Amino acid sequence: MNSPRSETIERGAGGAPLSDADFEPRITAFVCNWCTYTGADLAGTSRLHMASNVRIIRLPCTGRIDPLFIVKAFERGADGVIVSGCHPADCHYTSGNYHARRRFAVFHDIMEFVGVDPRRMTFSWVSASEGAKWKDVVNEAVANVRELGPYEAYRALAPEAVEPWPQATDGLAAAGATATAGEEVAS
Amino acid sequence: MSRIGVFVCHCGENIARTVDCAKVAETLKDHPGVAHAEDYKYMCSDPGQALVKKAIEENNLTGVVIAACSPHMHEKTFRRAADQAGLNKFMCEMANIREHCSWIHEDKDEATAKAIDIGRTIIEKVKHNKPLEVIKIPVTKRAMVIGGGIAGIQAALDIADGGHEVVLIEKEASIGGHMSQLSETFPTLDCSQCILTPRMVEAYQHPNIKLHTWSEVEKVDGYIGNFEVTVRKKARSVNQDLCNGCGDCMAVCPSKKIPSEFDAGLSNRTAIYVPFPQAVPNQPVLDRPNCSLFKGRIKGLKKDACGKCKEACLKGAIDYDTEDEFITEEVGAIVVATGYELYDVGKDQPEGLKGYGEYGYGEDPDIIDGLQFERLASASGPTAGAIQRPSDGKEPKTVVFVHCVGSRDPDKGMAYCSKICCMYNAKHAMLYKHKVHDGRAVAFYMDIRANGKGYDEFSRRAIEEDHAEYVRGRVSRIFRDGDKLKVWGYDTLAGEQVVLDADMVVLATAIRPNDGVKELAQKLSCSVDTDGFINEAHPKLRPVETNTAGVFVAGACQAPRDIPDAVAMASATGAKVMALFSSDELEREPAVAVVNEQTCIGCMRCELVCPYGAIEQREICTVDGQVCGHTAYVNPGVCQGCGTCQAVCLSKSVELQTFTDEQIFSEINALCAWE
Repeated sequence: MNSPRSETIERGAGGAPLSDADFEPRITAFVCNWCTYTGADLAGTSRLHMASNVRIIRLPCTGRIDPLFIVKAFERGADGVIVSGCHPADCHYTSGNYHARRRFAVFHDIMEFVGVDPRRMTFSWVSASEGAKWKDVVNEAVANVRELGPYEAYRALAPEAVEPWPQATDGLAAAGATATAGEEVAS
Repeated sequence: MSRIGVFVCHCGENIARTVDCAKVAETLKDHPGVAHAEDYKYMCSDPGQALVKKAIEENNLTGVVIAACSPHMHEKTFRRAADQAGLNKFMCEMANIREHCSWIHEDKDEATAKAIDIGRTIIEKVKHNKPLEVIKIPVTKRAMVIGGGIAGIQAALDIADGGHEVVLIEKEASIGGHMSQLSETFPTLDCSQCILTPRMVEAYQHPNIKLHTWSEVEKVDGYIGNFEVTVRKKARSVNQDLCNGCGDCMAVCPSKKIPSEFDAGLSNRTAIYVPFPQAVPNQPVLDRPNCSLFKGRIKGLKKDACGKCKEACLKGAIDYDTEDEFITEEVGAIVVATGYELYDVGKDQPEGLKGYGEYGYGEDPDIIDGLQFERLASASGPTAGAIQRPSDGKEPKTVVFVHCVGSRDPDKGMAYCSKICCMYNAKHAMLYKHKVHDGRAVAFYMDIRANGKGYDEFSRRAIEEDHAEYVRGRVSRIFRDGDKLKVWGYDTLAGEQVVLDADMVVLATAIRPNDGVKELAQKLSCSVDTDGFINEAHPKLRPVETNTAGVFVAGACQAPRDIPDAVAMASATGAKVMALFSSDELEREPAVAVVNEQTCIGCMRCELVCPYGAIEQREICTVDGQVCGHTAYVNPGVCQGCGTCQAVCLSKSVELQTFTDEQIFSEINALCAWE
């Protein structure tokens, strides 16, 4: 497909400067199954139109989110990340979101320390009844990242680390790529 | 090597309108590991499912991705289809391209690109899915019903009639709930107590129902089929085995000025009391905070200040030294039916509510709420059914009814409609006119919402036959003017201000979930909505289930409900519980954490964060029985699959099945290929 976004990737990977007009932020959202995923479902059921830049990864609970997921997302080319779960005291699993909250309070500071603009990471609570809030979270995150521009610091470190998709030819190759990813994470 | 099948659903026009489904299928067909891809108009239909099954068999697929609606909608449907075609059902996943894509975007190119991304992500996940077996757990065929109002009573009776034991928990001294307070019920005007009390007695005497009144749920452990509920039986000070309900204790009690909860504060009760004469069980409780003996004990008096009730009790049933008792009940299902309370719209408001100070509720005795009017109109009420205003007992000649006080008012009250007020206001106006023939009943309303069988006819009758005056508009202020209450309102149909001199004002205050529902919901791990009502699992298709398996919901704790609704919901929970109890074993998704004992270092961080206490330490022994180390062990029966343990595991030795690191990292990897 030859959408403006694919060009962005190619040029981004090649290190060519991007103009603002070309830039479409790529945002990965890690959300819990019970509140935010359902809230995003509600946004859909309510036909709330929003920016199409966010890709959701469903997890059982925000407590399941390993900060390495976020690092990995940045490494693999995301320009921003959203983490969202149940409101405090509303966790489907009673306390998973409290663990997540503590974890991200620290992680947020670490990311800032290593030079990632904190505006690239949105942490929010969106309940199953807050479809409209999910829309706002998405649009706001997209607007913030759009303003910041593409996230290229990771790529600049190791441009060859990011292989564009079509290089992998079959399932085995893809699984191999994951194993490498695992090693990277372990180190 | 993976052989994944991708099935893209058009969902009629729902997906196809903004997503080019054929293109999605075509593109994903070239994705590594995909052996088959097609699109179809309605994948969830029988022919659609047949396509999936046929493709699994013909192509010998190792995994299936259904790009369609939310997994919350149809994951079960397609997993069943996969299972029927001989593929392990946990090798089937949904890619949500409807709620998360086609419905929220307009641009077809953008939505199609996103749908392809979503498809890829899930394909990569499925590549790392493992065939899993469902977990089978035994079922305790005993139910608990929390709340003894009409919904709770109905649910308990239905389950008990079905042959299963029921534990009914009520926090007040008697079952009956708000329905026992009502005078007559709309739209038939039959007496509330006449239809309720036989059911209360039936529940009390039913051989399958164990009743705990004056009790509250303290703690809930376990899971569907195997809950362990700790119940706090509050100190009653009256031995229920000895008490015969004669009432001698109440006659001698010197503390007689305690506002009666049952009469909504319009009459007084004693400290040792039975809430109302038809109470079930008809045995008193001692209200310790209001009892002079216990007040004295708190002050530290050496000698008990009173003791009259104990002296008066010929059965020797009264014991001042009883303490709260904790009992454990093992049940397989729980029905929550904790009901509602009225929004207290006075000036003083807790928790950031604004209240309606301009209506003078709580300041002027003649400004009352709907439940207070019920008590005034009830034959068992403080006036024996005569309509008298609380301040001086005079018969009010003009009564103003104000609809929607706190309802449908997102600025000051609740955004929702309280549902029952239009109907009970019509009923109140009618009851008033039936008793005070020369009186004037004026109702200020926003809209008349009479959407039930015989409801609209009923509210028309109030206007046409009983000549209640309905004014469309709001009331801005109510204040005392000598003997009268001045009501300032506005008639929006006539476009003019209305000023009335009323003798009594009845406010139809909003319905709110009962105090403590939030805490109870937390104990049950089910969620509440922004207004504090318990969330149902699906607003249309699973209206009496909650997000916690095995916990059901009935009546006004889920949303404002009238009696027919509450009873219908209660019977529905009965059917759900009976269905649950119809098999000896339950199947549970194997979404549980599993420890790799080879790599676990036994640090037990996972145990610290587990919300369910599902993790325990196990010893590792050498061949000759020497303890040489420790590992964590996850009890699959208790684990609910949140995965918090996995995120904190230092050695990456615990893995949540269905959401493994491998799966999630693969999903993230897939996202780098955004086009």
